[in-house]
Amino acid sequence: MTKKIKKMIIRIAIGAVLLAAGVLCTKLFGEWVGLAIYIAAYLVIGFDIVKNAFVNIAHGRVFDENFLMMIATVGAFACREYVEAVAVMLFYQIGECFQSYAVNKSRKSIRALMSIRPDFARVVRDGAEVEVDPTEVNIGETIIIKPGERVPLDGTIIEGASSIDTAAITGESMPRDVQAGDTVVSGCVNTSGVIKVSTTSNFAESTVSKVLTLVEEASSKKAKSEQFITVFARYYTPIVVISAVLLATVGTLVTGDFRTWIYRAMTFLLISCPCALVISIPLSFFGGIGGAGRKGILIKGGNYMDTLARVNTLVLDKTGTITKGNFALGEIEPSSYLQKEYGDGAEDELVRISALAESYSTHPIALSIIARYGREIDKSAVSEIKEIAGKGVSAEIEGKKISVGNKKLMLDVVEGADILELDSCSNVVAGGTLVYVAIGGRYAGHMHIVDEVKDNAAEALALCKKAGISDIVMLTGDNEKTAKAVADSVAIDKYLANLNPLDKVTSIETIMADEPGRVVAFVGDGINDAPVLSRADIGIAMGAMGSDAAIEAADVVIMTDDLAKLSEAKRIAIKTLRIVKENIVFALGIKLLILVLAAFGIANMWAAIFADVGVAFLAILNAMRALKA
Amino acid sequence: MKKTFILEDLDCAHCAQKIEDKVASFDGVSNCKVTFLTQKLVYDVEDDKDKEVEEKMRKFVKETEPDVTVKKA
Repeated sequence: MTKKIKKMIIRIAIGAVLLAAGVLCTKLFGEWVGLAIYIAAYLVIGFDIVKNAFVNIAHGRVFDENFLMMIATVGAFACREYVEAVAVMLFYQIGECFQSYAVNKSRKSIRALMSIRPDFARVVRDGAEVEVDPTEVNIGETIIIKPGERVPLDGTIIEGASSIDTAAITGESMPRDVQAGDTVVSGCVNTSGVIKVSTTSNFAESTVSKVLTLVEEASSKKAKSEQFITVFARYYTPIVVISAVLLATVGTLVTGDFRTWIYRAMTFLLISCPCALVISIPLSFFGGIGGAGRKGILIKGGNYMDTLARVNTLVLDKTGTITKGNFALGEIEPSSYLQKEYGDGAEDELVRISALAESYSTHPIALSIIARYGREIDKSAVSEIKEIAGKGVSAEIEGKKISVGNKKLMLDVVEGADILELDSCSNVVAGGTLVYVAIGGRYAGHMHIVDEVKDNAAEALALCKKAGISDIVMLTGDNEKTAKAVADSVAIDKYLANLNPLDKVTSIETIMADEPGRVVAFVGDGINDAPVLSRADIGIAMGAMGSDAAIEAADVVIMTDDLAKLSEAKRIAIKTLRIVKENIVFALGIKLLILVLAAFGIANMWAAIFADVGVAFLAILNAMRALKA
Repeated sequence: MKKTFILEDLDCAHCAQKIEDKVASFDGVSNCKVTFLTQKLVYDVEDDKDKEVEEKMRKFVKETEPDVTVKKA
């Protein structure tokens, strides 16, 4: 509880006692003694409001809530409704306290959510360990992280092994085992061993500060409903105040009953603050964004929350999104020629020779072959390396010309009976491709390169359908057969194959235009699909932990590569939007209802004060549900 | 340069809007943003106008929201 609230509670208590004394004294000693005590009570409770009202009036601000509050209560005094005047002020202040308390509490929960900022970094300088602010550490310095401490900066482990709790960044509760050579991401917590880390980023560029900035800045991108509230708030107060003035003047002129109409007008003024909406709507969005953040889903603004809730078409990239994206060597099939030459060693020879030929390449397929070979490669044995665009590579090894690549490349280099053997192997595995090898102009065999479908892909996509996605489309640069195999294995009904990056943009555009009312989300790994991410109604990047490009390009960033987070993100968005709608309908509904009732003299000031502060308090409580995503 | 302040005890959301609108209208200020939830006031200001803007901002906040204390972040 803040000091301000504590002080207010004391004032409210004294005021309440004085109010009771006033009621008693009026009965015992008459109206004038009572009035004196009422005025004392009024000033104890509301002197700050009266003061602010005068200050604001001096600055020409008439639609200020303090001023309106003062007018309303002084008006009540004028109508000789003393108890009501004091009580209204009393309840207004109680309401403000509750509101203040609720806002503080939600701020605290949000702050707790964002308390992933590391406090210090233990850096090794001149052989000694010093604790400094993370912002003071440069790239390439060595930091030491002890068990229980937060990783202050992104880096690579140079010594030690430990378990890292990545929950704060990824929402993943399973700790990750790390050792020398592995990277660690700032914001995560080191749980078991002491590790020495060489930093690869400064604090401003580190994952943790990017995540924090993103969440904080999210509130500046407003959803439609938020914009509506901003505009609404601008007109609401003046309209209510003008109606109050009309009510007082016209009512009095028509009926001649000054007291009744002034009272009704004063009741109007009490409902003139749009606070309930102005506070609770951004709070709901912030809560939703915060709650999602805790699960490793970063939503960059209320507007994206809006779109996410309405998404009905999901377009996914295949490689790295539906599949794991790390290629591995599957079956190895040497040709009859190679088997004759090497017998049982033919498989090993095929891998060895391909690994040598690919030794300078960084293509994922090349890396998977080199990984399978697993031994030191003597690059001096390789010469004349040529990349043949769209086909593969060729190289000179041990006096022979080696070609590694696709079928097109093979048809260029092999002849005769080898072509027949080559043609016979056209079987395709799910999510895989084939790499062919020729040695000295003879077909030597082929290897399966498999990109496995993510373990939970099928269930995750089924969950999306449950969460309101009607169509799921897969885009891929791979061939028809591979595309179909992957699509079938995860039960996707539509796929588009053989697409280059530019085709993907056109495909998204076609999908977005093919049916009215489509809201399209594109899901990719954010590495080379940035144009598609920005073209879709909403771009979702997956597996973004540590990838700056993805964090930049997407509207929603999912830190892990877990597809199940997609339906979760959608669910959170739907829930948040529902809360927002509830609050708008509830707050506006009650206010309008009381306004109408007050105009007809049915609702009194008590009801009005509930419509003001009571509704705000309830709306804030409701908004906080968004946080518990 | 970018300036960040904490508006302590900022309890009313449309007051946040008022402060944002006003500070944004000051000469030399761009990208002004008051975030009600984090109680942060952030704006970019031309270097030579920095002092003047800060003074005007503090004065305005004191006038409109006497409960709010402006603190350097």
